[in-house]
Amino acid sequence: MDALTVLSIIISSSLFAAAPLIFTALGGVFSERSGVVNIGLEGLMIIGAFTAIVFNLTFASTFGAATPWVALLAAMAVGGLLSLLHALASITFRADQVVSGVAINFLALGVSLFLVKMLYDKGQTDIIKVNFKKVDIPVLSDIPVIGKLIFSNISYPAIVAIALAFVSWYVLYKTPFGLRLRAVGEHPMAADTMGVNVAKMRYTAVFISGLLGGLGGGVYAQSISLDFSHATITGQGFMALAAMIFGKWHPLGAMGAAIFFGFAQSLSIVGSSIPFLENIPAVYLLVAPYVLTILALAGFIGRADAPKAAGTPYIKGSR
Amino acid sequence: MSKRFSNLAVPVVSVLLGLIAGAIIMLISGYDPISGYAALWNGAFGDSFYVGETLRQMTPYIFAGLAVAFAFRTGLFNIGVEGQLLVGWLAAVWVGVAFDLPKIIHLPLSLLAAAAAGALWGLIPGILKARLHVHEVIVTIMMNYVALHLTNHLIRNVISDQSDSTEAVKETASLKSSFFESLTDFSSLHNGIYLGLIAAVIMWFMLEKTTLGYELRSVGYSQHASQYAGMNVSRNIVLSMVISGAFAGLGGAMEGLGTFGNAFLHSGFSGVGFDGIAVALLGGNAAIGVVLASLLFGALKVGALNMPIESGVPNELVEIVIALIIFFVASSYMIKWLLSRFKKEEK
Repeated sequence: MDALTVLSIIISSSLFAAAPLIFTALGGVFSERSGVVNIGLEGLMIIGAFTAIVFNLTFASTFGAATPWVALLAAMAVGGLLSLLHALASITFRADQVVSGVAINFLALGVSLFLVKMLYDKGQTDIIKVNFKKVDIPVLSDIPVIGKLIFSNISYPAIVAIALAFVSWYVLYKTPFGLRLRAVGEHPMAADTMGVNVAKMRYTAVFISGLLGGLGGGVYAQSISLDFSHATITGQGFMALAAMIFGKWHPLGAMGAAIFFGFAQSLSIVGSSIPFLENIPAVYLLVAPYVLTILALAGFIGRADAPKAAGTPYIKGSR
Repeated sequence: MSKRFSNLAVPVVSVLLGLIAGAIIMLISGYDPISGYAALWNGAFGDSFYVGETLRQMTPYIFAGLAVAFAFRTGLFNIGVEGQLLVGWLAAVWVGVAFDLPKIIHLPLSLLAAAAAGALWGLIPGILKARLHVHEVIVTIMMNYVALHLTNHLIRNVISDQSDSTEAVKETASLKSSFFESLTDFSSLHNGIYLGLIAAVIMWFMLEKTTLGYELRSVGYSQHASQYAGMNVSRNIVLSMVISGAFAGLGGAMEGLGTFGNAFLHSGFSGVGFDGIAVALLGGNAAIGVVLASLLFGALKVGALNMPIESGVPNELVEIVIALIIFFVASSYMIKWLLSRFKKEEK
């Protein structure tokens, strides 16, 4: 194997594994930037994965090749709805945001497994037939070197995810909406004084995180797991949360971290076929993302500070 | 409204709301809620075997709940109970398999190993929190995954030879009880239930009756005030996480030395640690509350298995009910507000 082929395999499988993480981590960035901690990302991914698979199985004959994309829309919608419950608890009812997020995770798993039992009368769904595959992007894959490295043997959701990270960066840092959203997360009282509706901003941000979390789950289910069971999403959401923190609550940072985690995940799968990695025991590659996140948090890789108001409900009139 | 009343009212109302919501879900999905809940009750308390199973399920919940509650009282959220439980499980089984000792030494040694492993897993986030102000929630989540992959690796490659589980622990390290087996028609209830109740008493005594407990609670109320009063806040944070981790590790020992008698590969988390969060929240982070809440959750989990058999309701319904209970407890602001509304109208 020449170096270029090895590199191409690594890049392609990293991006493939990273796409769902990027979407979900971006969702986390929106929510936490507005001051609402979202441990519920895992649950949002679960419900997204469930919705996408059920939709895909039911409507594959209607929509044909477009099914996975339409299923993603459904996954986003349901993820968004579930996130509103988190918003209701943590913004209106002033619940502990971490606890409410934990409840969301339990709820998503319970509801989706309950419905799988009801709909299919067994513990897991069938395997979907129309899924996201790795393809060569037309035209772009013909570019010399870069075309082979990045644009061939890649899934479309990965490209969309990377594009969306840049869109999120633009929205958060270059628009009035983004400025208000970040203001609400740093100093809600100041934002309120300037006429920003804190509750509305936070609801919007949590809703966006629901859309993106559902999207991430839908992408994961339709490109990696291909069916839905209790073991479909085990920790992908927490991984996305880690990517968000590793990326210092910044959309592009989160994307970079997610790609890195995708790289680490894919290494534990394709590592055995790559010459200089085959001798490293799999366990090191498996725990690497988590250990690196802890190290990053401990400040060995630069300090990461959460938005100041993250985790605290805003109560008008209190100091 | 008196504090004592609302402390009791919020969990009770939450459980009722959760069960009502579960009944509504059963109605909407075309099941009979009365036969569903009857099956749940029979599956949890129907005969001595089921009572034994419920108490057995309750045992690790007590430890997991105590672990979460203990950290909570010091103002720390230990989501890492799951990981601490896994390393405790493995440590207990490892000692239980590797040594040949008389029971009076072997069993305590296995338990000690579990507590030490759990404590170590709590020590790392504790130190990071105390020294570097790293948020313990994220670190403990990450530690969960490290524990999962590490214990799987050790079981597969170090303790056993590429096998999916370890050998059964030696008789001298086992918690199995022939007394309970004859009493409960060979349920898997084991002596760990005593240890769980003792642990609850220890936690109550430690928090409410000792200087250490006073300092820990004080740090939980206000770190700055505790600092001014001359307490060592960092030391107390680390200590709280270590003790919490030790409780969690013992919870793992209950599974390893009692329920299963070995350690095996986990493809995902056991869920006991996460359920511990629900147990602690519902129990108001107090020892007696944790014991009662773990009885409830033990009954729900074990009884759920009977629901599909007797009434055709998928047992996942119970997961939904548990999720809703946590949700309602978390939203206690809303429940308190509703309760005060009702009180006003009565006047």
